[in-house]
Amino acid sequence: MRVALFVTCLADTLFPRVGQATTRLLERLGHEVVFPPAQTCCGQMHINTGYQRQALPLVQHFADVFEAAEAIVAPSGSCVGSVRHQHASLARRLGHPRLAERSAALAAKTFELCEFLVDVLGVTDVGAYFPHRVTYHPTCHSLRMLRVADKPLRLLRNVRGLELTPLPDAEQCCGFGGTFALKNSDTSTAMLADKMGHVLSTRAEVLTAGDASCLMHIGGGLTRLSAGTRTLHIAEILASTESGPGGAVPLAVTAEKQGRVAPSARNAGADREAGS
Amino acid sequence: MSKVFVGMPAHAPAGVGALHASESFPAAARTALADTQLRRNLGAATTTIRAKREAVVGELADWEQLRLAGQAIKAATMARLDEHLIRLEEEVTKRGGVVHWARDAAEANRIVTGLIQATGADEVIKVKSMVTQEIGLNEALAEAGIAAWETDLAELIVQLGHDKPSHILVPAIHRNRAEIREIFLREMPGVEASLADEPQELAMAARAHLRRKFLTAKVAVSGANFAIAETGTLVVVESEGNGRMCLTLPDTLITVMGIEKVIPSWTDLEVFLQLLPRSSTGERMNPYTSMWAGITEGDGPQEFHLVLLDNGRTAVLADEVGREALHCIRCSACLNVCPVYERTGGHAYGSVYPGPIGAVLTPLLTGVLENPSLPYASTLCGACFDACPVRIDIPSILVHLRARSTEQTRKPPSAEAIAMTLASWVMSSPRLFGWAGRAMRAGRLLARRGRIRRLPPPLSAWTAARDAPSPPRQTFRQWWRHRDGGTP
Amino acid sequence: MTARDEVLARIRYALSAPADPVDPPRDYRRTGEHAPGAPQLLQLLTERLTDYKATVHSATPQTLGSVLATALHGTHRVVVPPGLPEEWMPASAVVDDGDLSYADLDTVDAVLTACVAAAADTGTIVLDAAADQGRRAITLIPDRHVCVVRAAQVVQSVPELLTRADPRRPLTFISGPSATSDIELQRVEGVHGPRNLIVVILND
Repeated sequence: MRVALFVTCLADTLFPRVGQATTRLLERLGHEVVFPPAQTCCGQMHINTGYQRQALPLVQHFADVFEAAEAIVAPSGSCVGSVRHQHASLARRLGHPRLAERSAALAAKTFELCEFLVDVLGVTDVGAYFPHRVTYHPTCHSLRMLRVADKPLRLLRNVRGLELTPLPDAEQCCGFGGTFALKNSDTSTAMLADKMGHVLSTRAEVLTAGDASCLMHIGGGLTRLSAGTRTLHIAEILASTESGPGGAVPLAVTAEKQGRVAPSARNAGADREAGS
Repeated sequence: MSKVFVGMPAHAPAGVGALHASESFPAAARTALADTQLRRNLGAATTTIRAKREAVVGELADWEQLRLAGQAIKAATMARLDEHLIRLEEEVTKRGGVVHWARDAAEANRIVTGLIQATGADEVIKVKSMVTQEIGLNEALAEAGIAAWETDLAELIVQLGHDKPSHILVPAIHRNRAEIREIFLREMPGVEASLADEPQELAMAARAHLRRKFLTAKVAVSGANFAIAETGTLVVVESEGNGRMCLTLPDTLITVMGIEKVIPSWTDLEVFLQLLPRSSTGERMNPYTSMWAGITEGDGPQEFHLVLLDNGRTAVLADEVGREALHCIRCSACLNVCPVYERTGGHAYGSVYPGPIGAVLTPLLTGVLENPSLPYASTLCGACFDACPVRIDIPSILVHLRARSTEQTRKPPSAEAIAMTLASWVMSSPRLFGWAGRAMRAGRLLARRGRIRRLPPPLSAWTAARDAPSPPRQTFRQWWRHRDGGTP
Repeated sequence: MTARDEVLARIRYALSAPADPVDPPRDYRRTGEHAPGAPQLLQLLTERLTDYKATVHSATPQTLGSVLATALHGTHRVVVPPGLPEEWMPASAVVDDGDLSYADLDTVDAVLTACVAAAADTGTIVLDAAADQGRRAITLIPDRHVCVVRAAQVVQSVPELLTRADPRRPLTFISGPSATSDIELQRVEGVHGPRNLIVVILND
């Protein structure tokens, strides 16, 4: 299948490794990944902060860029949620019925990574290897906008070497909420504190989720505390293998180091970590 | 709405009642978050009720069908609200009741005060009612020299504690047993110091305190959960029996109800009597539900007044997205599942309607510019929609109100609005977006060991508690362009 | 313009924006799988009522007298509605002729009534103030309510229950004794309404 990757603005600019992992994973499964370079942002931040008019060009742009795609896949429940549940109604509200129709058509072929793997490709074992203790946070929009349900968990359970430990009160929001984290930073922090408490109680090495944004939030709290748990997007786990070309994502490499290492060197890093 | 014309939907006016917040949600939340007793009380109570609700909802295989039916009945009712209200008025009148209409809180308060004065009574007993809280009836009665006695246990706790309600169903949810004991000792005449802080004993103290009032009161004031248009039947759902006391024993009963509480038919009630108790107290059925149509000779009050209140509801109805908020049956399930409410409590919302439904209903009733911070008091996590027995899409209404708020603000554009416009411009252009992504690399100067510990305002709100990620050396699109075999 | 006309005008103005109401779907469960009075329903009603801290006895026409005596044990004055079946009438009965004051009712020990219907799913009994149940005050003020439910009055679901009640009459739906969850959302039984609810299911 020819898959158009919508990497999302956040992964593009701050977490490129999430896009890299998504690419490698889909390619490893035998699919062709294309990256329409004109893509930018789904406009969710604008919409959810009350700037629908400013979001309209982004909704329009998204439709222009992805209209021709066979299937659109994004490593984000939240952004896919916006495309699927907000774009068409926003276009309609602002008096663009033609765009609303186009957006509705796009919504039907835009998928979050895990639901794409399980529902469209019919895969629950992606052949990944990740020998770590992991806990999973079901992000709100994956859970309640997209209803991905246990699909990510089914994928994680089939990862060799991965020890999956349940997260207490998993379905409670982490407190990110986009600009909520800034506008209501005290409440956001209180929610984050509780989420981190639950994460730490699992004694997991890695907290994973399907949204880089929530992981940036929880991860930012965890590193502030020098906690013993780090965050990885689920694509990064699913892309990891024992070795193999185009396979692994670096297990031990931080965002800081990442830019400096070539993809081939990263595989070596992964192997070293896996063997330690 | 600066100028209101006769016959135009109007928002709830300020200056009366309990809909207008005196401080912004973030500011009020800050105070609440620091109250560890409150945090503990709310955490414990919402956890308890969530588990109970889940258990009894799980017993019904047709729960989703009931929710869909409830949603559809409410939508159908709103679409012909005028007709249903006229029918209700007819039926109530036919059975000996008197129907009054009130445009707003002040008018409703005037009507109720006048009705009580006409009976010669100087005190009334009250069943817990959100709408009389909303219009500030107790304060208006006090001004007229009429004492209003709240008889619901939680309302009594709030009233005796000179406090404000913080939850729709359990207004004293922010108080624990020890605090309630202390309030009773301080404020309830005749309570012994040996009073224990056991809920059972505290409930008995309330029974003893109110018993005489119930048996001697001449006038009662209630709200209504439902009013059935085709039969003129009023419905009050309760647990303690204080509702039965107020609805049965006094000579005069005055019921104040929002116009959105009408439902068309008796058959419709079968849906809501299943949805409401399971969603609110987590019971299969609440202990007592009282229903009456007009007056019945020899049984119950011989004088019945029904006050139909607008107070902003028609303005909500005029909002095509927001009108769904009028479907609310005040079960408070959305409060109990809301992660924001659980941490801040109800007072932070500054309105008698707190939590997710309050964050939409309050600004819809008052106009969003009167309560501009409420639509933002949510992470849009969606737990409220899943819990709502009538499927009110609260997250979508929140997003809608946020748009209303930014679009109606006439002040010079805020820094945020400028930033959003700028971002929209940049993000509409792949080239500018690519540049911007690369420019973010400058942020690496702030980073130590892959993270940024302090950012300038407004992003300092983020780094107050969280690290920010260091921008990568290469954006994804740069990587893609350079990668072997990468297709453009 | 009167307030009435103005509120109605506002509603009509608000509704001039399009609304697309649908006919409410009624595909939820409206009738139970058991016929009224089925043994399974009597069993379920008993469980549900007991779960909410009511006391439940079952009786046949032969045992009813002794079961009622047990239910009324320790009472001296029992108020009854004027239309209570003669054979249920306890020795200590005070028949309510509508003249008993609330203060009088506050001094009786119990009330004994029939009901109009009951629903097993929710453990709910319904009073409609008919002659065998009396005006609402008599089932409210006394601290013990003994209610006889005939097997044939027991339906399964809430929708079935509503078909048996007339919304033009004063109705009281009772599911267990008075209770509150107002303190820490913990349910405690017994506040203002009768603190003891004793239901006698009569298999006649």
